[in-house]
Amino acid sequence: MAIIELALRVNMQPAASLVVLVALNVASFPLPLVSSGFVDPVFLADVRALLPRIFELSELLVNRLGVVDVGAAFPHSVAYHPSCHSVRVLHLGDKPTRLLRAVHGLTLIDIPNKEQCCGFGGTFAVKNADVSGAMLAEKQANILATGAEVVTAVDNSCLMHIYGGLHRAGSKIRTLHLAEILASQERAQ
Amino acid sequence: MSIRVGKTSRAPDFPVAAKTALKNTQLRQNVHHATDVIRNKRALRVQETSDWQELRQAAHDIKNNTLAHLDHYLVEFERNCQNAGGTVHWARDADEANAIAIRLIQQYGGDEVIKVKTMTSDEVQMNVALKAAGITPHETDLADMIVQLGDDEPSHIVVPALHRNRFEIRDIFSRKMGLKNLTAEPEALAGAARQYLRERFLHVKIGISGANFAIAESGSVCVVESEGNGRMCVTLPDVLITLVGIEKIIPTFQDLEVFLQLLPRSATGERMNPYNSLWTGVHAGDGPQAFHVILLDNGRTKLMHSEMERETLDCIRCGACLNACPVYRETGGHAYGSIYSGPIGAILSPQLNSLEYSRSLPYASSLCGACYEVCPVKINIPEILIHLRGRVVRADQKTLSGTLSQMNLAMQGAALVFSSRRRYEAAQRLGRMGQMLFQRNGQLEHLPGMAGGWTRFRDLRPLPKQSFRDWWKARAAATPATESEARS
Amino acid sequence: MTPAPSALEEILARIRAALPADRVNEAEKISRTYNRTGDLDREACIDLLLDRLADYEAEILHVAEESGLSAAITQALNHAHEQRVLVDAEFPTDWLPEGFDIVVDHELSILDMNGIPAVVTTCEAATASTGTIFLVHHGAQGRRAITLLPDHHICLLHRAQVYELIPETIAAIAGHRSESITTISGPSATSDIEMTRIRGVHGPRRLTVILYGRI
Repeated sequence: MAIIELALRVNMQPAASLVVLVALNVASFPLPLVSSGFVDPVFLADVRALLPRIFELSELLVNRLGVVDVGAAFPHSVAYHPSCHSVRVLHLGDKPTRLLRAVHGLTLIDIPNKEQCCGFGGTFAVKNADVSGAMLAEKQANILATGAEVVTAVDNSCLMHIYGGLHRAGSKIRTLHLAEILASQERAQ
Repeated sequence: MSIRVGKTSRAPDFPVAAKTALKNTQLRQNVHHATDVIRNKRALRVQETSDWQELRQAAHDIKNNTLAHLDHYLVEFERNCQNAGGTVHWARDADEANAIAIRLIQQYGGDEVIKVKTMTSDEVQMNVALKAAGITPHETDLADMIVQLGDDEPSHIVVPALHRNRFEIRDIFSRKMGLKNLTAEPEALAGAARQYLRERFLHVKIGISGANFAIAESGSVCVVESEGNGRMCVTLPDVLITLVGIEKIIPTFQDLEVFLQLLPRSATGERMNPYNSLWTGVHAGDGPQAFHVILLDNGRTKLMHSEMERETLDCIRCGACLNACPVYRETGGHAYGSIYSGPIGAILSPQLNSLEYSRSLPYASSLCGACYEVCPVKINIPEILIHLRGRVVRADQKTLSGTLSQMNLAMQGAALVFSSRRRYEAAQRLGRMGQMLFQRNGQLEHLPGMAGGWTRFRDLRPLPKQSFRDWWKARAAATPATESEARS
Repeated sequence: MTPAPSALEEILARIRAALPADRVNEAEKISRTYNRTGDLDREACIDLLLDRLADYEAEILHVAEESGLSAAITQALNHAHEQRVLVDAEFPTDWLPEGFDIVVDHELSILDMNGIPAVVTTCEAATASTGTIFLVHHGAQGRRAITLLPDHHICLLHRAQVYELIPETIAAIAGHRSESITTISGPSATSDIEMTRIRGVHGPRRLTVILYGRI
């Protein structure tokens, strides 16, 4: 936990008006920090002051900027993985899928048992590698069942983990962060 | 003082136990099937209950307040129970609870008892103690009977024999009940159990039960069940001994209106379970004429000092967290090495017994939060897991082996790197160079040491040639300065 | 030498030492925003209850007045081919069915009760939303064992005894909180064998509910 405190110290600019966290796992860190008792109260006050200006990307776009169609184009079938923290901690709801549905040419597919954890879980992935691998195998099978070309999420750690399994299995499915898709201007030939 | 939580002191580390459990495909299939069924039923019931969140909140508040005044409510319960003809005993630990039970059974001249499901009796290993004292315990819950006759251990809070299929059960029953032509049809198996147990219910004079709730204002006890063996055990014997953890106290009869709505839906996905039995002390001409309650501590008071730890004791043993947990789904209950498994086990066992015996349990979670989402009393299990990890880390840092462990060195190293921008950027550059040693076909396939845990199942993309920071710096340099508020 | 503290003293001492000295009991202040009263009128309640009872395959008989009870009980017993029936000593004699072997519970032994195929009782209340019958074990509701050992339970439920929600029912019977109480929501069941739901493990496998009286 001390590392998180230090990571935030070095990256936090209290004068910044907006801190956009694209790596979602970091977006939800302040919450357990607050209750873990590890953080010194002065720093905690700084974190609390900054919290209203911290947004996950889809929150920023939909809630703060009122935008659902960002003018992106991505003519592929895409499966969306709703990561645990996006669903249960940040309560993003349907913001990411609304953004994806507005992308020109994109076909959105639901993953079976989509809200089941992919098995990354931070150090869990190495400390409990076998269980993590088993959870990944199930998530992988569910993703493959969709037949999608691309799997996306708002959480890079999940994507790294899912990529790791898919690639090892020889799959051609690409893993892309939501931001990469929303930044795409790819048109069908 | 010997606080005991099942056989946790002899349980292997979770990653080790999990590895073994993962190889058992029958178990994993059974667990997937059982948890899917209950989870889906539960979801239906919750959907149709418009005040579900309000019920959860009330339950949470009632439990928290009760625990914050537990001494008051325990004393009130004892007084009311005894005024109604019951006798209340107090047990500091497992040994004391067992000694009290044995003394009572011997006092009443019994050498066998019928038991209705209670995890608390497994917690204190009561059956082991009874047998050592020459008393035969007969489990009467179908699943517990399957486990007992099969010389086995329970693997789930609500469905303890879910690791057994019908053929295994038929074999166990045929052998132990001496039945020649028993089929493996579930109805036939249940029928065999009904007949076998009816004989016991009619003749054994002493019953042992647990309790789901103990009501302070009336001194009453409530047993929630589906099979009917509970009613048999608490009604037919002459003597009833009820073992109940001190955290099971609720203040009033009215409070049942909250818990009786939450428990059945969470545990078995039913609007209401078939039978609830409530009694107060001794009822003239109705049921056991001698009633004893053993109030059990066994480590619960260790959690009282901290509001967060105390919240663990809100648990009403519904098992919903097990059914929601993606880790439990893959390993089943045995891997947790404790009678309390799954998410609640991961926080309860280390706290009741000692961190030393269950230090791997707080890490047996990806912190996905599914357990918190389904917990009917809103226990923030992920938060408590993190808190317990903190305790493990702090304890580790006091030992030499802990300080020199791979994980600790990695974390301390990371702390050093992250605390300075210069060091962080230097580490990134070093990483980009160092990874070339492990790169193969554009991927990192075999990493050494602890990181090998990753590459055993997963590939890893190497660090990109240009970091975000470098890209941002270059972009800022190329763009005329406007309102660049987010600096690199 | 002072005697060693008892377990009671030790446990209470541990609890008190762990909790703040200035704690205030907030039980009264707990906000109960869950549904305490239902929306349905009694007719609709009864329809809902019937729905739930049908779900777990209880036999349901309707009777307008008390005068029809004896015939209804007769019907239930004939339907199940039962000749002997157990009742509590306080069961109203006018309601007893004719032509059957009535066994009155005058401190019967467990073994005697076990041999009787059917039992008739009244009940205290019922909850429609969950299909739950509440027995408070006094009067014609009998002691607990009589509705446990026979295989067929015939339960007389007055229409005015039906409530929509659990909190309403709990409130209605709260005066009996110190008596023995059994709630019944279907026959016993287990899913312990491969998650296949099997009915009727222990306790009556057959339930007949006779609804009578005006709302």
